[in-house]
Amino acid sequence: MAIPIIEIQCIGKRYRIGAAKEKYLSLRDEVAKWLSPAARRAKAAEKEFWALKDVSFSVEPGEAVGIIGRNGAGKSTLLKILSQITPPTEGTITMRGRVGSLLEVGTGFHPELTGRENIYMNGAILGMSRKEIARKFDDIVLFAEMKQFLDTPVKRYSSGMYVRLAFAVAAHLEPEILIVDEVLAVGDAEFQKKCLGKMREVAKGGRTVVFVSHNMAAVAVLCSRGIVLDEGRLSYAGTIAGATQHYHRRTKVLAPTCLSERKDRLGTGQLRFAEFWCEDADGRRIASAVLGKKATLCFAYQAKSRIQNVSVAFNLRDQSGTILVNCNTADTGTDYATVPPSGILKCVLPVFPLRPGIYHGALYAKVNGEVADWLQEAISVDVVEGDFYGTGKLSSQGAVLVPHTWTVMTDGRMPPEV
Amino acid sequence: MPEGHCTPSSLSQTPDSDLADRASVGSPIELIIAPPKRWLSINWGELWRYRDLFQVFAWRDISVRYKQTVLGVLWAILQPLITMVIFTFIFNRVAKIDSGDGSPYPIFLYVGLLLWQYFSGTLTNASNSMVANASIVQKVYFPRLIIPASTAVTGLVDLAVASLVLIGMMIHYGYYPQPTGLLVLPLLIFIAVLASLGMGLFLASLNIKFRDVRYALPFIIQIMMYVTPVIYPVSMLDNHPVVKKLMLWLNPISGVISNARAGLLGTAPIDWGVLAISGCTSVMFFFFGLYFFRATERYFADII
Repeated sequence: MAIPIIEIQCIGKRYRIGAAKEKYLSLRDEVAKWLSPAARRAKAAEKEFWALKDVSFSVEPGEAVGIIGRNGAGKSTLLKILSQITPPTEGTITMRGRVGSLLEVGTGFHPELTGRENIYMNGAILGMSRKEIARKFDDIVLFAEMKQFLDTPVKRYSSGMYVRLAFAVAAHLEPEILIVDEVLAVGDAEFQKKCLGKMREVAKGGRTVVFVSHNMAAVAVLCSRGIVLDEGRLSYAGTIAGATQHYHRRTKVLAPTCLSERKDRLGTGQLRFAEFWCEDADGRRIASAVLGKKATLCFAYQAKSRIQNVSVAFNLRDQSGTILVNCNTADTGTDYATVPPSGILKCVLPVFPLRPGIYHGALYAKVNGEVADWLQEAISVDVVEGDFYGTGKLSSQGAVLVPHTWTVMTDGRMPPEV
Repeated sequence: MPEGHCTPSSLSQTPDSDLADRASVGSPIELIIAPPKRWLSINWGELWRYRDLFQVFAWRDISVRYKQTVLGVLWAILQPLITMVIFTFIFNRVAKIDSGDGSPYPIFLYVGLLLWQYFSGTLTNASNSMVANASIVQKVYFPRLIIPASTAVTGLVDLAVASLVLIGMMIHYGYYPQPTGLLVLPLLIFIAVLASLGMGLFLASLNIKFRDVRYALPFIIQIMMYVTPVIYPVSMLDNHPVVKKLMLWLNPISGVISNARAGLLGTAPIDWGVLAISGCTSVMFFFFGLYFFRATERYFADII
C-alpha cells in the first residue's frame, strides 16, 4: 500500500471561550486581570472548548476526500489547521507534497489594482511563483472571460466579474495537495457549473483534494471518500456514499431545519424561507413522517412586506438523486394572491407516499414571476415504516406508493356462470 | 497531550512509518504541522521560497499608495519639503536653533527629516500592517514576517524620491558629501531599516492583541522626535552629558542622523564610535522584535 500523502494523528484544537468571545482586549483589561485577584479567578474559570479532539485519518495520494459535518462540527477548524493558518493544540499532521489551500476566492484582491495586477497579487498569495503565474496568465484570463477589463481597477467590477476572476486564479493553482473550502458557492449557475467541472478535473487529474462543503451534491460528485465530523470528533470515515448516509442519519429532522442562515441561496430575497419542519395529522412537530399517514410540510418565511402573487414549490429526491415528488402551487392552481410579511406556508400530503428513508429536496419561491428564494438541499424528510394500505402487508417493490383500489367487472364475452 | 486511546481511523491503513519507507515516496517536501514549540527559530529557507510574495506585497503598497491622487508621487516630496520650510521658520528664525556645524539650517534639517520620516513612516506602517491585512492572514498561510518586512521597502521608495530635493539643495548651498560619507550611507540606511523594523515587528504583534497600539503610536512617535536630533544638533546637548549618552545609546536613529549629516554635508568626520553603538542597538532592536513576532505569530489568526 502506498504511503499516505496526508497523515492526521490525534489532532486537537482548544479554544478558550472567553478569549474567543471578546475579539480583542484592551491593555487595561489585561492589566486589571493581573492586579485584581477576582479577575484572576475569573480567568482561571474560563471555559475551555475543544473545537477538535482526537481526530485521526489519512489520505492516499490522488484521493478526493470530502469533509462533512454540521455547523460547528469542527470542519473549518480542521481546514484552518491543514492550511497552517492556526496551529493545533495537540497531535501532528504530516503532509508529503506541496500544499495549496483555498479558503476563500480572491484573498488579497485589492480594489485599487487592475484585474491584471490582481492576478499576480492573488496568485502570489496563493503560493504561485511569478514565473508560474506568467505562464498561466492567458489561461486564467480565458477562463474568467474578461479580456477587455484586464486593465480596469477591480473596484469597478461587478460582483460577478470579481468572483469569476478570483476563481479563475484559484482554479489554476496546481499543488499536489489542494485544500478547498466552499468556494463553489459563488457566481451564477452557469459559472458554478464551470467551476464544478474544473474541480472535477483537478480531482480526476491525480491530485489529492480535501474538500469541505455544505453542498452535499458537490461533495458526492467530487469526492471518493468522506469524513464526517460531529462535535469536534471524527464520527465516520469511509466511502463518500457511506459518509453522506451517516451524515443524514445524524442530522434527523428533530429540530426545525434553520434556513435563514444559509448563504448559498439565489433570488431577489423578496421572500426568504426561514425554517422547515414536518407536522403530523394533529399538528404536532415530528422528526419523521410516517409512510401512508398524513404529513404536513411547513415552511416558515420572512418577507420585506405584504407581498402578492406568490408561487411556491419543493421537490423530494432519493439517495441517487432521482426526483420522486414535485409539489408546486402553480400546478395545483393555488398560487397565493397575497401573503403576510411573515408566516408559515403549509403543504398537506394526505397520504405520505414515500418508503422509509431520507429524502432531500430543493425549495423555491417566486414573487410576481421572479425567483425570490431558491435553496438547494433545503429540506430533508425522514420517513419511517407505516401501514400504507391499512392491511399490515407491504411488498418491497416500488419507490412511490399510490392509494388505489381494485375491482373486477364482466366484459360480456365469457358465458355467465351457471 | 496525545492520548493513548486515540487510534488512527480506518480511512486507509497507516503503514509502518520507518524511515526507509518514507524516503521511497520520493517527494522532496514533507511538511509537519504540530503544536508550536516554545522557542521558534527563523525558517530562512521558507522566507527565501516566499521572496516573490515579498516583492508583490512591497510592490502593491507602492503602486496603491498614490492611486487616485492628483499629485501622486509628488506627495513624497511635498511632505518633507513643507515640513522643512515651516520648521526652518519656527526653530531657526524664531527659536534661534542653529545647525551648530556651520551648515545652513534648511539642508541640515532636511537630512534629519528624510531619515526621521523614513523611520516614523516605516514604524507606523509596520505596526499597523498585520491588522490591515487581517483578511489575508485569516485565509492563507505564508510566513507572516513578509507583511511588516515589506513596509520597510515601501518606505525606501519614498526616501529615494524625497532625496531628489536634497540633491537640489546640495547644489544650491554648495555642500557636497565626502567619499566616506557616501560609502557609509547604505550602512546608515540599513541601521534605520533594522531599527524601525525591530520596533515595528514588536508593535505589530502587540497591535493584534491590544488595539491600544494604534492610539499610542502617534504619541510615541511625536515624543521620539524630540529625543532624536532632527531639529537640533547633538552638540546642543553637550551640557547634558547624561541625556546625550542615553539618547545615543537607546535611540539608534540619533547616531544615524548625526552621521548622515556629517557624511553627506562634509561638515565633520564620521563618528565611528557612535555608528557602532547605533549599529549594535538597532541589531538588538531587530532581533528582539523578530523573536517577539515569531513567538506570537502562530496565534495571529485566532485573535486578530
